Amino acid sequence: MKTVTLSHGGGGKAMKDLIDEVFVVAFDNPLLAPLDDQARVPMSALTQQGNRLAITTDSFVVDPLEFPGGDIGKLAVCGTINDLAVGGAVPLFLSCAAIIEEGLPFDVLHRIARSMAVAASEAGVQVITGDTKVVQRGACDKLFLTTTGVGAIRAGIELAADRARPGDAVLVNGVLGDHGSAILAARGDMALDAPIDSDCAALHGLVGAILAAAPATRFMRDATRGGIATVLNEIALAAKCGIEIDEAAVPLREAVKGFCEILGLDPLYLANEGRLVAIVPAEQADAALAAMCAHPLGKGACRIGQCTERRPGQVVMHTMLGGQRIVDMLIGDQLPRIC
Amino acid sequence: MKYIDEFRDRDKAATLVREISKIAQSFRQDRPIQIMEVCGGHTHAIFRYGLEGMLPEQIELVHGPGCPVCVLPMGRIDDCLAIATQPGVILTTFGDAMRVPGSRGSLLQAKANGADIRMVYSPSDALTIARANPDREVVFFGLGFETTMPSTALTVLEAERDGIGNFSVFCNHITIVPTIKAILDSADLRIDGFLGPGHVSIIIGTNPYEFIAQHYRKPMVVSGFEPLDVLQSIWMVLRQLAEGRAEVENQYARVVSAGGNAAALRAIERVYELREFFEWRGLGSIDYSGVRFRKAYERFDAECRFAVPNVQIADPAACQCGDVLKGALKPHQCKVFGTACTPETPLGALMVSSEGACAAYFRYAAKAA
Repeated sequence: MKTVTLSHGGGGKAMKDLIDEVFVVAFDNPLLAPLDDQARVPMSALTQQGNRLAITTDSFVVDPLEFPGGDIGKLAVCGTINDLAVGGAVPLFLSCAAIIEEGLPFDVLHRIARSMAVAASEAGVQVITGDTKVVQRGACDKLFLTTTGVGAIRAGIELAADRARPGDAVLVNGVLGDHGSAILAARGDMALDAPIDSDCAALHGLVGAILAAAPATRFMRDATRGGIATVLNEIALAAKCGIEIDEAAVPLREAVKGFCEILGLDPLYLANEGRLVAIVPAEQADAALAAMCAHPLGKGACRIGQCTERRPGQVVMHTMLGGQRIVDMLIGDQLPRIC
Repeated sequence: MKYIDEFRDRDKAATLVREISKIAQSFRQDRPIQIMEVCGGHTHAIFRYGLEGMLPEQIELVHGPGCPVCVLPMGRIDDCLAIATQPGVILTTFGDAMRVPGSRGSLLQAKANGADIRMVYSPSDALTIARANPDREVVFFGLGFETTMPSTALTVLEAERDGIGNFSVFCNHITIVPTIKAILDSADLRIDGFLGPGHVSIIIGTNPYEFIAQHYRKPMVVSGFEPLDVLQSIWMVLRQLAEGRAEVENQYARVVSAGGNAAALRAIERVYELREFFEWRGLGSIDYSGVRFRKAYERFDAECRFAVPNVQIADPAACQCGDVLKGALKPHQCKVFGTACTPETPLGALMVSSEGACAAYFRYAAKAA
């Protein structure tokens, strides 16, 4: 089995071979091809799409590298695209920096690079520059990826958390907690076989559909680490409004419910990689919801609550039983309960 | 039947709350009826489903000492850290013990500083790690009431059978009955009735609680953990109070029997003996409330195997956990609640784990009040 060694990070021929053989072949595009220190993009590529540049960066350190429904490569492409998309940007280009632990099998690296290429191509985005480092065993965990994304925002689109107003609807595009559950299950250390795939997906198409149907949409955010609970708290704090959600309306897969019951986890805090929260004025909520449901990535879309004047800065859940509870931000990670 | 949704039915909950209100209104007394849920699992369910706010104001729930993570004293965490930081040791622990503060930090901080501390989901996972690392000493941080005692005992028996020499347990298992008794004996007790712990009772049965009814004349209802279980159990306690009865009743009969689980009790009896006393965070020392390994299993006892400082560290003076545990104070009435003592920097036992009354109050209810 061919593995990556420190010589592949040495700057010499071995490194050039690795970059050519793995990344250049997979990402193949004219902007990447010169392999200069920088990719050069005509301004018109951006100005045709909008009047503002959107730029974002994100690092990916997921363990395991490959999991049901995706892998670190797909995640690195979709995650960064989503960070652009939820701001209303059309995603255009990505950079990719890879930090590889010596000993990583080439096969794995190939699979992940190809997966990135497929995800980028499906999303209509090009990976146009990158960097590769190899570090000693133990200095990183198998493979870390950092992607930076560049996109353009069309004139007139103004999305911001502090624009949420009492009365606005809180929408999500489908069942929650799939990604977090899939990763926890894939780690295998709790001997639970859960038939759950990650929801990892690029959401810019869906965002476009929402904005077309509900141009007054106030804000969107992908509900990644910290889950939907964290996003809602951030919105409530930024907009100084309350948010009330209805437990019965929060969409969850039966398998995720069972998984959380057994481990004592709260699905509201589980990560998602293909789910977003949209805050939409009440009068456009139905239109937004219809557009979401008509999109392949919004089939399970629903309204889970609304912004309120009461309790500014707080998220409150009306429980299935008819009670209420605060949905606070987590202090750290969720830890499974002892009994 | 999925054994989940059926126990979270909104209409049935509304019916129970109506019945509870009816009985509550019939009481003629100038203070609320105080019902203590002994178990942290119940506290968690009460807050998660917002049950407290559904009850009439004549009913006050007192969140008891039954969160084994919360009641671990600082000294025991320090001892655990002393074991974990010895060369060659892999310390294995349940996840929610990771954040409990000792006087010099938590296991989470020790892990960040280089100690090999791994989260496991059962003691048998720890034994698996011991088998895979024969050149390392693998220590399991054993804690919990009778609920988790048998699984630790069975793991030790398995280690003995298979001759695994590099496995031991830092034993902090505690036992519920002396603790309830200590609460009942406290001078300022105001509790009118108890919700008995469900999981503990699967192991020990309902018989050991008879003294509560017979000697102390307090009703106890052993309760399940679903919201309808808890509401029904509250209703059962109230009915006893209304009818002037004091009995041990079993609401959780779908899994709890009078005699408990014989095989689990045999394993407990074989492996453990009572300690003369055990220190609790918030409650102080309680006689015969903890267990250790019997002489025959001493080689699996991490306290015999490693040098353990065994220091006692007093609870911070400002802490009023003891008063909250006994129902004399509500969590938010404690003078450091939400100021010096928060889930991020817990001072007292009850702010430590998500099952602790103060942490649950802080997270789910305090700001709504």
